[in-house]
Amino acid sequence: MNEKLPSLLATGWNRGLIEIRQFLRQREAVVFTLMFPVMLLLIFGSVFKGTIALGVSFSQYFLAGMIASGLVNSGFQGLAVAIPLERDDGTLKRLRGTPMPPMAYFIGKTVLIVVTTVAQIFMLLLIGVFLFGVSLPTDIHRWLDLLWIIGLGASVSTLLGIAFSSVPKNGRSASAIVVPIVLVLQFTSGVYFIFNQLPVWMQDLASIFPLRWMTQGVRSVFLPQSFAVQEVAHSWELEKIALILGAWLVVGLILAVKTFKWERDR
Amino acid sequence: MSKTAVSVRGLVKSYGETKAVRGVDFDLYQGEVLAFLGPNGAGKTTIVEILEGFRDRDSGQVSVLGVDPTVKGESSRLWRNRIGIVVQSTSDAADLTVTETVQHFAKFYSNPRNPDEVISIVGLDEKRKSKGRELSGGQRRRLDVALGILGNPELLFLDEPTTGFDPEARRAFWELIKTLRSDGTTILLTTHYLEEAEALADRLMVINRGQIIDTGTPQTIGGRNKAEAVVKWEENGALREVKTTSPTQAVSEIMSRFDGEVPELQVLRPSLEDIYLEMIDGESE
Repeated sequence: MNEKLPSLLATGWNRGLIEIRQFLRQREAVVFTLMFPVMLLLIFGSVFKGTIALGVSFSQYFLAGMIASGLVNSGFQGLAVAIPLERDDGTLKRLRGTPMPPMAYFIGKTVLIVVTTVAQIFMLLLIGVFLFGVSLPTDIHRWLDLLWIIGLGASVSTLLGIAFSSVPKNGRSASAIVVPIVLVLQFTSGVYFIFNQLPVWMQDLASIFPLRWMTQGVRSVFLPQSFAVQEVAHSWELEKIALILGAWLVVGLILAVKTFKWERDR
Repeated sequence: MSKTAVSVRGLVKSYGETKAVRGVDFDLYQGEVLAFLGPNGAGKTTIVEILEGFRDRDSGQVSVLGVDPTVKGESSRLWRNRIGIVVQSTSDAADLTVTETVQHFAKFYSNPRNPDEVISIVGLDEKRKSKGRELSGGQRRRLDVALGILGNPELLFLDEPTTGFDPEARRAFWELIKTLRSDGTTILLTTHYLEEAEALADRLMVINRGQIIDTGTPQTIGGRNKAEAVVKWEENGALREVKTTSPTQAVSEIMSRFDGEVPELQVLRPSLEDIYLEMIDGESE
């Protein structure tokens, strides 16, 4: 019996393709994940037309926040809700009973998150540029910054989503537990409100969690460099962002590996 | 004696204070269909899930196709490549069609059967393009079986495969299992339908409160072949009956008292269900 099993990467890729196919067939999920941030940008961008600093409109600030929170929506929220549902409906148990390498399941989820995140960011930028006069950076370094911030942020978000998927007792209660957490983080991390205008205690609290650093990182890409002095530390703090997100990456990885459950507790 | 596919010795498993499996020993031979019978909570599913590698055991030796089911990593994949699992009721892959689901799962195995053929074997030809959520309970179960046999397993686990079926669907499903059996697949079946066990299994094992209380063929289990038969007839306008281990002799005696036909004559052997209920009852005293 020395037959060759399909490789981890091939299996993971196949999982990714099937995840995307299933995602596209769930209309509510497509609308919620892809259109909701776009709708919010349209509403906020149309209501708050003012500038918040010289040459910086609220739409620009909000766009950066929405890009960052898109990572949390598709990664953390998406997985922390979808995995408990798949635990309930038998998806996980069935996969566990096949020769599929367990890691392929997570690769598949990652492929789905990458695709939805990129689509989401693309749509947000499109609307930002054409409707709200957001200007895209011309410096290649800004784009490279965006790449690592999104890559690191999405990884943290994915791992924490996997880790958090063990918290809800069942699939039905999952979104009731997860959505409020994400909303509170968005309100306190500089997505819906301008971060430097929040009470200091709220800023301190939000600074424990990754979203606050992800929004600041994305702002460093899409806001004029002159805005850096308006940040709490009067700087973009990119090194600190990398460090804090890196620390969360390690925490997320450990939690995800230690707590993941293929089956519901009985 | 043929080779063993599954060997279990001294298997013990508790959930907290509850002893779910209390010292179980048995062998399953290659090409055999073995049915686990027992009331809900008897420990059937726990034993099967330990064999399937879904659950850890507290103690005892377990070998499934020569491998300990707690095996990890690449060896675990190689082992899972040789077994097929039809788990209890699922509702996954609701948004994928039958063809998509079967084709996707085929990609996990080294030497899968042809997905199109498997769909035909389980009788889902007409439902190829239907999504999981559009299938009836019976069709859904057929899809489960399709996924279970897809990898050409040497050993197939069937956990309560026909729960919720109507009698017609159940008969059709039995035919499917009989085909697999005649192809030489070793099958471990759990069920609480006695006719199902009788129709499909070479050997039965009755489990109650975490222990095997008897094992044998459907004809001999619980001493069924030696149990008393009941002879019923009508004599002098009244229904009469005797319990006897020698019904032929009883009938011949009765016949000698009649000139020709004996009215309402019946010889009743205990059904598997009678034997089973007696075994389970005796246990719970």
